[in-house]
Amino acid sequence: MNKQDTTYLDQLEAEAIYILREVAGQFEKPALLFSGGKDSITLVRLAEKAFRPGKFPFPLVHIDTGHNFPETITYRDNMISRIGEKLIVGYVQDSIDQGKVIEQTGKNASRNALQTVTLLDTIAENKFDACIGGARRDEEKARAKERIFSVRDEFGQWDPKRQRPELWNIYNGRIHKGENVRVFPISNWTELDVWNYIRREKIELPSIYFAHEREVITRNGQLMAAAEFLNMDHEDHIELKNVRFRTVGDMTCTAAVESHADQIDDIIEEIKFSKISERGARMDDKVSEAAMEDRKKGGYF
Amino acid sequence: MIKYPRLLWKTVRRGDIFNMDLLKFFTAGSVDDGKSTLIGRLLYDSESILADQLEALQQSNRKNDDGTIDLAILTDGLKAEREQGITIDVAYKYFQTDRRKFIIADTPGHIQYTRNMVTGASNSDLAIILVDARNGVVEQTIRHSFLVSLLELKHVVVCINKMDMVAYSEDVFNSIREAYAAIAEKLNLKEVTYIPVSALKGDNIVNKSDKMSWYDGKSLLDHLETIEVNEAVLSHQARMPVQWVIRPQTDELHDYRGYAGRILSGSFHVNDKITVLPSGIRSEISKIETNFTEQGEAESGMSVTLHLKDNIDIGRGDILVNTSHEPLVAQEIEADLCWMDTRPLDSSIMYLIQHNSKVTKCKIREILHKVNINTLEKIETDTFQLNDIGRIVLKTAEPLAFDLYQENKLNGGAILIDPRTNLTVGALMFRANAGY
Ligand SMILES: Nc1nc2c(ncn2[C@@H]2O[C@H](COP(=O)(O)OP(=O)(O)O)[C@@H](O)[C@H]2O)c(=O)[nH]1
Ligand SMILES: [Mg+2]
Repeated sequence: MNKQDTTYLDQLEAEAIYILREVAGQFEKPALLFSGGKDSITLVRLAEKAFRPGKFPFPLVHIDTGHNFPETITYRDNMISRIGEKLIVGYVQDSIDQGKVIEQTGKNASRNALQTVTLLDTIAENKFDACIGGARRDEEKARAKERIFSVRDEFGQWDPKRQRPELWNIYNGRIHKGENVRVFPISNWTELDVWNYIRREKIELPSIYFAHEREVITRNGQLMAAAEFLNMDHEDHIELKNVRFRTVGDMTCTAAVESHADQIDDIIEEIKFSKISERGARMDDKVSEAAMEDRKKGGYF
Repeated sequence: MIKYPRLLWKTVRRGDIFNMDLLKFFTAGSVDDGKSTLIGRLLYDSESILADQLEALQQSNRKNDDGTIDLAILTDGLKAEREQGITIDVAYKYFQTDRRKFIIADTPGHIQYTRNMVTGASNSDLAIILVDARNGVVEQTIRHSFLVSLLELKHVVVCINKMDMVAYSEDVFNSIREAYAAIAEKLNLKEVTYIPVSALKGDNIVNKSDKMSWYDGKSLLDHLETIEVNEAVLSHQARMPVQWVIRPQTDELHDYRGYAGRILSGSFHVNDKITVLPSGIRSEISKIETNFTEQGEAESGMSVTLHLKDNIDIGRGDILVNTSHEPLVAQEIEADLCWMDTRPLDSSIMYLIQHNSKVTKCKIREILHKVNINTLEKIETDTFQLNDIGRIVLKTAEPLAFDLYQENKLNGGAILIDPRTNLTVGALMFRANAGY
């Protein structure tokens, strides 16, 4: 890696650590939302740098749709035992069983939209006043305007008109009862920065990020891992392909890309030259141009 | 052969990481001067737009008159903005060339969004000011330039845009340059660069234009890639606000007590004499930790954990400084204020001031004046409305340890919070006063 990347990464890292420590200093009951994806894995490493040899001043929270890649859960459990921090899991299945949400039906059914309810319930039950997440501004247009400290009302809603100005390095985390703040320490990182950081720090990732042979089907022009939750039928044609995943989410809405990049260096090269942005591989954004903005307003991360 | 000039090498010591290889800039201009188009053009011509984003662009129904893609869509992110066709918030964009990484704050130009521009400027090293070649220097140009000088941005690029609409005329360019130079002098802007461009056609944005052979300067991107930014990196003022105290309290780390924070300016070394403010207690640094390891020194920009030789009661809100260059400590402080809330300033209520990790109550002691930001005249007033800018004196409940904004932005800036709404209602820049 050349000098340029190193110094720039140092600065991004220092900023993220600064933001994590602001969360610790400003909030009573923060939490770190852990999805099992590379961005939240990066956050865990940054939290180690921010708070060791002390403990994290927050638990990790995972919203489990029940439709996970098994590799993610294995990774999560190994990581928790390695770092010795507390994990709280909110289950979408519980929300379904309690009748709070209704499972979608049909071919494109996904639990992705349902997890917002489980997330908000988990926040309310635990009285979290700040939730740290791994979103980045380069992911999507609506995110480009997101603050580092983003205030949500008690319905989890984001109001772009009520966003607080963020001057210099000062973050105002004061809230009223019932409100909470979403905090994004790696807002200023790009996908490539995250990968370069993972390489530099030698951070272990779930295996699905690396190219592997897998049974896939093609849906709406995208490659999806063949899994029972996809409601497959005779029209779905299962093929064996060499693929990897650029994001890790619910199996029903995380598309694979064909790839032979089984080493981190190869992945970085692929991303540098790739023609599709990371979110382009997530079906849930495709619905409409304003999809992300609408979901953010509704309390999705 | 060295392909990339190591521009900062001369002025930046090894280990300094602030501003290095990263340029943060913001764009200012009136509505329709072409800010969004210019940023879109920078991203597009530097091949920073990915295929699916481009596809979404092409499918969008906003097109230029000649049917080409409207590049402004790249930055006009929110639905309300797309509907109204104007930028109403700060959007951050990222791109990278072989030479540098860039963070762009795209801010709206209309007077009602002055606060957004102040926000964008507070997070930038450089300002791009757009001037429409057909209109020349207008009221907004003065206002934006005033904000740039208020926020102490050292580098200004004046892009004279829409040159395609004035037949790429050198005379037009020269007369606008002269008009702007007079403003720059009045506002004490020292480093100003002038570039004739067409954001729409791409002239002098990424590639040098063949339509303006009379212009012998650099293209905008070339300028951004090579300009030297070395603000405050070499400051002698070592400052680290304490954000958090690390105390594991386990058997093997029973006495571990580390002060966690990010160094705002200057550098700290083991054995340095330091002062804890506002208490004024002195000690020496015994250990510096960063990145899981011990280091002999730490520089501005780094997030570190400092240990002291003495056991002192230190917590969030305190600041560690080098005893050789202590900051000012005062409770009555003069400051420039930019008002950012729709409710006007109320001198009769108590506000909160947040200065780095310290939050304390404060009152507005005196309003000295506000500035007509279009004409730069000082006006008497007894309140501030949204987007008003002027000079005040405030009184804090507890003393603040601060530097003057012009010497140290991060320790010289603060925000005001309205305790009734918890909103950030003001930006403060501390200024000199005979009292300290
Ligand atoms: N002819 C010409 N038109 C331009 C140029 N730059 C921008 N425009 C047009 O000016 C209008 C406003 O541009 P926009 O980027 O939205 O301005 P903003 O309000 O400053 O963001 C649009 O119709 C652009 O196509 C230029 O260099 N030449
Ligand atoms: Mg615009």
